[in-house]
This record gives sequence, C-alpha cells and structure tokens, in this order.
Amino acid sequence: MRRPTTKKNTKPSPAAPPSVRKPRVARAPIFRPNDFRWTHDADACGRCKRCLQQCGFKALSWEDGPVVDPAKCVGCHRCEAFCPQSAITIRPDPQHFRPHPLWTDAHRANLWLQAETGGVLLTGMGNDLPYPILWDSLLLDACQVTNPSIDPLREPMELRTFLGCSPDQAQVTQTKDGPSLRAEIGPTLQLETPILFSAMSYGSISLNAQKAIAMAAVECGIYWNTGEGGLHEDLKPYAHRAFVQCASGRFGVHADYLNAGAAIEIKIGQGAKPGIGGHLPGEKVSKDVSQTRMIPVGSDALSPAPQHDIYSIEDLRQLIYALKEATNYEKPVSVKIAAVHNVAAIASGIVRAGADIVYLDGFRGGTGAAPTIIRDHLGIPIEIAIAVVDQQLRDEGIRNQASLIAAGGIRSSADVAKAIALGADAVAIGTGALLALGCTLCQKCYTGRCSWGITTQDPALTRRLDPHFGAQRLTNLVQAWSAELEEILGAMGVNAVESLRGSRERLRAVGLDRTTLDILRVKPAGVGA
Amino acid sequence: MRIDATNLHYRDLNRRIREAVAAGETSFELVNINGQRYIADGLKGHLQFLIDGVPGNDLAAFMDGPTIHVRGNAQDGVGNTMNAGRIIIEGHAGDVLGYGMRGGEIFIRGRVGYRVGIHMKAYQNTRPVLIAGGTAGDFLGEYMAGGILVVLGLDRRPGEPLVGDWCATGIHGGDIYLRGDVDPSHIASQFAAVRPADEAHLQQLRPHLEAFAQAFSLNPDQLLDHDFLHIAAVSHRPYGAKYAA
Amino acid sequence: MNQPTFDRGHRMLSGCGLSGLMSLTGERVDGRAIRESIGLLHDRSNGLGGGFAGYGIYPDHKDHFALHMMYYTVEAQDRTEAVLEEAFEVAHDERIATRPHPNIVDPPTLMRYFVLPRPSQLQESGLPAEEYVLRRVMHINANIDESYVFSSGKNMGTFKAVGYAEDVADFFRLEEYQAYIWIAHGRFPTNTPGWWAGAHPFTVLDWAVVHNGEISSYGINRRYLEMFGYQCTMRTDTEVMAYLLDLLIRRHGLPVEVACDVLAAPFWSQIDRMPEPKRQLYTSLRRIYGSALVNGPFAIIFGRQGEMVGINDRIKLRPLVAARKDSWLYLSSEEAGIRAMCPTPDLVWTPRAGQPVIGRLGSDIVVGEPGHESAAAVVGQEV
Repeated sequence: MRRPTTKKNTKPSPAAPPSVRKPRVARAPIFRPNDFRWTHDADACGRCKRCLQQCGFKALSWEDGPVVDPAKCVGCHRCEAFCPQSAITIRPDPQHFRPHPLWTDAHRANLWLQAETGGVLLTGMGNDLPYPILWDSLLLDACQVTNPSIDPLREPMELRTFLGCSPDQAQVTQTKDGPSLRAEIGPTLQLETPILFSAMSYGSISLNAQKAIAMAAVECGIYWNTGEGGLHEDLKPYAHRAFVQCASGRFGVHADYLNAGAAIEIKIGQGAKPGIGGHLPGEKVSKDVSQTRMIPVGSDALSPAPQHDIYSIEDLRQLIYALKEATNYEKPVSVKIAAVHNVAAIASGIVRAGADIVYLDGFRGGTGAAPTIIRDHLGIPIEIAIAVVDQQLRDEGIRNQASLIAAGGIRSSADVAKAIALGADAVAIGTGALLALGCTLCQKCYTGRCSWGITTQDPALTRRLDPHFGAQRLTNLVQAWSAELEEILGAMGVNAVESLRGSRERLRAVGLDRTTLDILRVKPAGVGA
Repeated sequence: MRIDATNLHYRDLNRRIREAVAAGETSFELVNINGQRYIADGLKGHLQFLIDGVPGNDLAAFMDGPTIHVRGNAQDGVGNTMNAGRIIIEGHAGDVLGYGMRGGEIFIRGRVGYRVGIHMKAYQNTRPVLIAGGTAGDFLGEYMAGGILVVLGLDRRPGEPLVGDWCATGIHGGDIYLRGDVDPSHIASQFAAVRPADEAHLQQLRPHLEAFAQAFSLNPDQLLDHDFLHIAAVSHRPYGAKYAA
Repeated sequence: MNQPTFDRGHRMLSGCGLSGLMSLTGERVDGRAIRESIGLLHDRSNGLGGGFAGYGIYPDHKDHFALHMMYYTVEAQDRTEAVLEEAFEVAHDERIATRPHPNIVDPPTLMRYFVLPRPSQLQESGLPAEEYVLRRVMHINANIDESYVFSSGKNMGTFKAVGYAEDVADFFRLEEYQAYIWIAHGRFPTNTPGWWAGAHPFTVLDWAVVHNGEISSYGINRRYLEMFGYQCTMRTDTEVMAYLLDLLIRRHGLPVEVACDVLAAPFWSQIDRMPEPKRQLYTSLRRIYGSALVNGPFAIIFGRQGEMVGINDRIKLRPLVAARKDSWLYLSSEEAGIRAMCPTPDLVWTPRAGQPVIGRLGSDIVVGEPGHESAAAVVGQEV
C-alpha cells in the first residue's frame, strides 16, 4: 500500500508534553521489601529437592542446593513442613527502615507497589489489622454454690440446633391419644451442633477441599455451603446437607441445583468485601470450574456488586418467593449479608421479606480474593452485629421468624459460645475450616498457587489434599469444639444450648466503654445478677 | 435411751445424743421423729438407733460404725460419705443416697430416688454395699469407683423401669447388680460393660442378699432365683481419649 | 418446729423450701396446716422471705379481681389509687389484716382492693378482662416507684413478707382464712436481697408460683417474655416462671401437661426414641419454645383456680415429694413437711424428673400419681 510521504519535522508534536515518559517496568531503584527471610541449614540439607517440588509459588530453584528468590516466598511454610531434615527456617523479614508508627512497613510497601503498578492491591483471607476483638473482652459465667455445674462427660448435654422460621406459638389440641400438634412447621434444618461451614465456592477452593468439607458436614450432622460456584457433580451425594447459594453472578444456578440442596442462600454480601462483587480470575476457571459454573473456560468469573434484580427490599422479597415457589416451599431461604452500620434495620427488612435465616458476616470474614483496602476498612464487628440484630428483631416481636447465623473470625469454641450468648442460633466457620485442612494463612489465595492444594485449581497442587484426610481433620475440629462447648455449658449450669442462646446475662465485659456495653447489652464484670 | 423428738430441733436432738454417747449410752430409740436432720452424723462405734418416723436429710452422714433402723421412709442424703456401719430403712428413701460412701451397708426395702450411689468407693479392705428393694431413678451409680450397688425391683409395677436413664455414667470401678430386665438404652454404654451375672458374680452377691433378706424377713432364695445383670467399668480411665495431648 | 435453743439466727446453707396442699373436692381449711408444714422446713430458708397463696379465700367477692398492694410511701399509694380509680370499678377496699410480730419489721402499707375493669374502658381496649388487668398490674409495677401489686387473681390472694414463713403466717393471720389450695414458701435468697416484693409466691392474675432453685436460663427466658410484653420488675428469677405459665397456658392455650413439657422438656435422647407422632410434637415444641426451657435446678409448685401443680426440672436436681390422703393432695420439699400437715398419708411418692403432679378440682385422679402418669410420660415406660 502506498503511503503518503511525510516531511521530517524538527519541532516536537504539540500534543505530547516533553517531560512525561512511559514508566519503566524495571524495579530498581525503588525498593520492594520482601515479606519473609528463607534460610536453610546447608549441613543438614539432604539434597532431596522436596522443598522445590512442594513450593507452589516457584520461589525455589536449585544450584547444588536450594536457592530462594525472596521476592516470591509468601511464607506458606509448605517446604518447611515437608523437609525431612527440618533444615528450613522461615521468619518474617525484620524491619529494614527507620521505625514509624504512622508509616508502618506495610503502608510503605503497599504504597511503593501501587506507585509501581497503578493497580488495586489484592489479598486473600480476612482482615489482619489490629482492630479491637470484642470476643477477647467478653467472659462467660460459671455456676457455683447456688446452682450446680454439670459434668458433660457423664450427664446429658444438648447442642442440637434448628434453623428456620418458627411459629410464635404451638397450636396443640388434646386428642384421646394425648396432645397433638395442629399445624405443621415450615421447612427446618437440624444440626447436631451449632456450627456450620461457611460458603467457599468451587473455584475459590479446589474440588478436593470442597469435597472434604461436604463429607465432614454429613459426618457431623451439620451443613456446608456451595458458595457462588455452583454444585459439582461429585458433590451431589452431599447436597442434602448443603446450602446452595444464589449469588449475583448466578453461577450454576438452575432448578435442579435449587432443589438438590437443603436450603437456598441468597448472597447479598460478605464480610470481607461488603458492597462489592467478586472476581475469580480466569486462570482459576479450569474446565471443571467452567462446567460447574456454566461459564466458558478461562473467562473471568465476575460477580456483580449488587444482585441486579435486588435494588430495594421489595425486590429481595420477590426473589425469596421466586426461589420458594421454584422449590415448592420445601427449602428454607437464607439471606447472607455483610455486617455494616445499619445491619439491624437491614436484617429486620430481610426477615419481613420472608427470609427464614439471616446470615451475618462480620468484617473479619475471609475470602479467596478481595481488594485489600475494602477488606481492611469496611464493615463492623460480628459481635456488635449479632447483638443489635438480635435485639432489633426482639423489639419488633419477630425474632422467631428467622434464625441467625454469625460468621467472621470465629476462632474457637469460646467465640462460638459467646456468639450464641449474644443471640446467634449458630455460627459458620470458613478460615477455621481451611486451617483444619492445612492452610497457614499466608493470604495468597488469589494467586491460585496455594502450595497446600486448597485455594488452587492446578492439578499438580490440588492432588496434595486427600478429601478423606481433609474430612477427618474437619470432623475432628467440629467434634473438639462441640466437646468444649459441652464443657462450657456444663460449667454454666446449663444442659441445653437453647438456654444459653440469647442469654446475655451469662456474659460480662472487661475493659469496654459504656457505649459499647449498652450496644451489646452486656454488663461489666463485677455487676451481679 | 428413749428420746421423744416431738417439737425437738435437730440441734438439740443431736446434742443430746452426743452427750449420751459420751456418757457411755449405746442404744437409742428416737420416737416422733419428723424431719430432724443430721441424725448420727459423724458418730463412731457400736451404737444402735431405732428411729420411728421420717428422719430428715443427711441421716448418718460421715457415720463410722453405728447401726440405724428406720421404721418408715427416709429422705435425701442418707449415708453421705459413710465409712462403716449399717442402715436399714423399712420404707422408701430419697435422692443422693450413699454419696461418696466408703464402707458399711445401706439396705432400703422400698424404692430409691435419683443420683443414688454416686462415687461409691472402695479402699483396702472396706467396701460399701447399697441395696434397694424397689426401683431407682436416673443417674444410679454415677461415677462409681468401688463397692456393690444392687437394685432388686421387688413390687415393681408392670411397665415400670427398674432403673432410670444414665445409669452407671462415669463408672470406673465397682459392681452394679440389677435384678430383672433393663432397657439397654438406660445404661451409659460408653462407660459400662453390661452382661448377665455369672456364677462368680452371684457368689459375690449372695452374702449381701442374705443380709438384706434377714433385715426385712424375706426369703433370700427368692431374691436370688432371678436373672441378674452385672455392670462394671469398661476402663479405669474412661476419659483417656478425650483430651488433645 | 422451734428454733434451736442455744443458737438463734445461725444460718445453714440449705436452699428454699416449698409446701402445698389441695382438697380435690374443694373443701376449705384455714392456714394452720400449711403453716406447720412450711415451719418444719425452717432450715431450708434463712428468714429473708416467706409467703403463702390461698385459693377460695374471698367467697364474698369471688368474681372480683383481688389486688393486694404494698406501698412504701404515701405518694406511691396516692398515685396507684389514682390509676386504680381510672381503670377499675373498686367494689371494696381495705387494709389487709395483720397482727404485730417481733420478727416482721418495717412492713409497708398493705391494702387489698376488689375490682373489675371499667366496662367502657374494657370495651375500648378490645382486650379480655384478664389481659386488661395484667397490663394495668405490669404498668403499676414498672412505673410507680415503691408500689407493688403482689396478688391480682380472683378469689385468691398471696401473703408474703421478709421473715420466716411461719412468722409471716402469724403476721397475716392466716388462721382466719379458708382455702381449698394453699401453697407456701420459705426463702433463702441468693440473687436478690431480702425484699418484701421479692418473696414468693410470685403471683400474676390467679397464677401463684413458689420456686426452689435457680434459673440458669433466666437471661433468655426474660428476653423471650419481653417480646410478648411481659416486664420483669421483681428482681428475682422466679418471676419468669409465673409469666411463662401465663403465656403458655392462658395466652397460647397449651394444656397444663404440655406447658410443663415446655418448661422441663424431655431430652433429645428421649424424644428420638418416641414413636410418631409424639416425636414430632416434642421436637416441634422444643423448636418453638426453646427460649422457654427453664434450665438449672428447680422444683416448683404453682396454683391457679381449680388446679395445683408440682414439677421438677428434667434431671431432678431439687427435691419434691407428693402424697395423698383420701381426697387431699400434698406436696413438699421434704416428706417430713408433708407429715407435718398429714401424719398418716395413704400414699407417698416422688414425682419423676420433668413430670408434673396435677391436682384438679372435682377429679379424684391426680395426674402423676403412681399408675396415673400423664400422657406425656417419659419414654421407656409403657403407661
């Protein structure tokens, strides 16, 4: 093709200011600090190369012994766990710079990274900033002298929990065979202990991980949650104990899916990223993920921020009833929201919209991927959320119309007991479940390189987690916490969890200000009955 | 010595008894007893008590030797931490009998209440024996560590359970004998091994049933001529596997 | 039963004591027998509270609500009487008769009023008469300081004070009343100080409850009741028992046996073994009324017009003994307490954990006596 000839110009084009140039990608001379210092004992090293094989982040190479690229080490500790010589040591890298209380290392590092990339910082798991943890300011009662404690190892202790809408009162008639219930109660979930596994989608975690969770839920008589990734074929045998989630991306949602589960959950938000949508990067959308979510391979799976058919509370009611109709009113419908400032009013609206369960996710909730700035600065603590939602529903006389599930940083059976005392019917654990599967909380889930085979779809990595092994570990965890809950209830002189549920009287606070005490409706330690 | 306990507060009654014992009295007849507590508590030696009426709670607690015969029903706490002696109750008795009992015998002709025989224990040569002629309530033999506990189910109404729920929960020693059929779900199976009593068991049981029969003018052979279940601990360390090391 | 001769005032840790008696034929007796019974249980209390309730004591005003009032100040009385005047037609009012007693000190002003709701107000409220009265009573107790309605039923009344029960009986001259149900309580308070209104029985409308034990589920029982408009003002956990009975039986219409199965629910291990449809009923009851389960040790005796009920918690951590002689039913914390009112009963038995003993006017059969366990009897026993 002929081109018009151009005359050479000596003057620069007026549109391009001379002083700005495109930034170079090379790092130097801006420092990017490393998070971890990886060392090994060269004398002990057996040169088996297992550390290389085990690292999912390709941080190790080999030159007559392991050599680390410190920029790539995320501190997941997989290599250390597998070194037969225990020759590896991984420590947080000590502070390089002049200490500063305002400009912490993390702030400086984040800022440099943003200046370099122009991008939104990403992270995984839950908020790791030192906001106050209210669980650690609450203590539980124990019985002495005036009321006996109970030994759960020998005497009956009941943790059985029901979730769903419950009527205000029982309609009982006397027949010649004894009393009989007049009306049926709506669809109900029965749990043998007040703990569930929270939603973690197939896609954000591997199929093996999800299978382990599903198997453990069946074994323990509790429930698991598909998350927004749909229900994989292999997990259909466990669907009868699953919450099937209907999220904004509607991945994998169809009539059979809705009918396969025990309950349906409309996901409005989650604690880790209130108000924003989800993003499963295309590299995690493998063939299997694509099939389950019913989207193309390699395509990003984007969950919009709002559900686009819910722009107001009456729309939520509409969706709830659409789901109920589609499943013949046989499944309780749960609505999952992040705990935000007006969570009490929102929860009330949700209950009046027909939800049977309200799932509250506090600001410490985990995720496979979220913008760090959102994860770390939005939402409110779950302790407050439970307290205000429970009280609001009671004030309106509708507390029995929906059960409350609380989630977001439940670390131990003590947190469970305190959550129940504040008013939760049950708690859900996500981070806790992943820890049971081997996670070390390195917060790199979003990379898809999880060395432990949990939050990845790479077959070389996913095969590291045996679902049966994982299910056993999860079952162990649930059983251990349940046994501890029984000990706690026994010490409190109560032999059924419903006598602790909502009984704020059994909590006392230490070191909390007056306003927080009033919001929690918990007395300070030292005040008697 | 005869004491009429009408309108007598237990402090005064027991003080009079103790003063009499110190003065050498060994035989007491207490009449018009109704609800006075702590009778014979902590008393030692070969003393005899005949009680007419309903003694109050904690009869013979910490008792170490005397014999008590109650003409009627007893209340709660009989033989609490008793070390030695014999108690015969012609009627029924209440809850928490023989708690922590270490030795001696308690024979009740009628039924007994809840939490009977908790943490009975044997030590060296002393071994406690508690026999109930009727039925028993929940938590029989809870936490049993030693001794012999027997429930005979005489005068049992049709359909009435011999023992209640959570029988032998926490047992880690001792022997329980139940005369008759029992719903297996009433016995705490994670702690208790239940089997029909064999010859050796019945040999162990016989002298105690004979003593019981004699106390109430019953025929011991009639008592023995029946199926007995024997319950013993599965392990001396029942909670070994419960904790994370 | 006398106090010890050499050591007055020495306290033993023994918890509260209860007693009750009922004539199944409605024969009325004075308060001496019940006084003897609760007096014998002297050592179960510490003198910081005692009380009685009698049914059938006001035959001349049997269709009126008999409001018993305690006033600690003149202002409290004036304010309350203004409320009463406004809401009720007061047929008769008078001081409650008492006699001075050395052990009953600083009594408040004690009045009783025989009232009916003002018809126009009642109609305007659209409420049944009981509900109307209940709300006025709650209003007075919550909002008028130093004024307490401590009894509000028809043809029944509660008499209570700080003091040993037998002294309270003498103070209130209970030998001058005739009742076919008497229940009594001697208190050993641990959670609230000795306070006249805090003594038992706890009365709301014609429910009267006496309670031995401590309610470890109080926090949630109370919050549950608040959802239905009940206000807990008496600073003692027994209050929730009375309101739960009113809620379950009067407002929700549950039969008494079923209400007892809510308060002292069977264990899941027992429910799971029940045949259908019983299993479904009990599962549903626990689901709906989980917040009404009363946890912690308790023995209670409660009464209402025509009924006296005794019941334990579901693992029987507190004592309760029952007895019959002819058409009389007796309940007490100790057998000795029964024999103080009835030296030679025909039958003495211990109710099972969680199983009520129910005496009903006009019925010779007592629910829960041997051979007549209620239809809600514990699993494992074919009735």
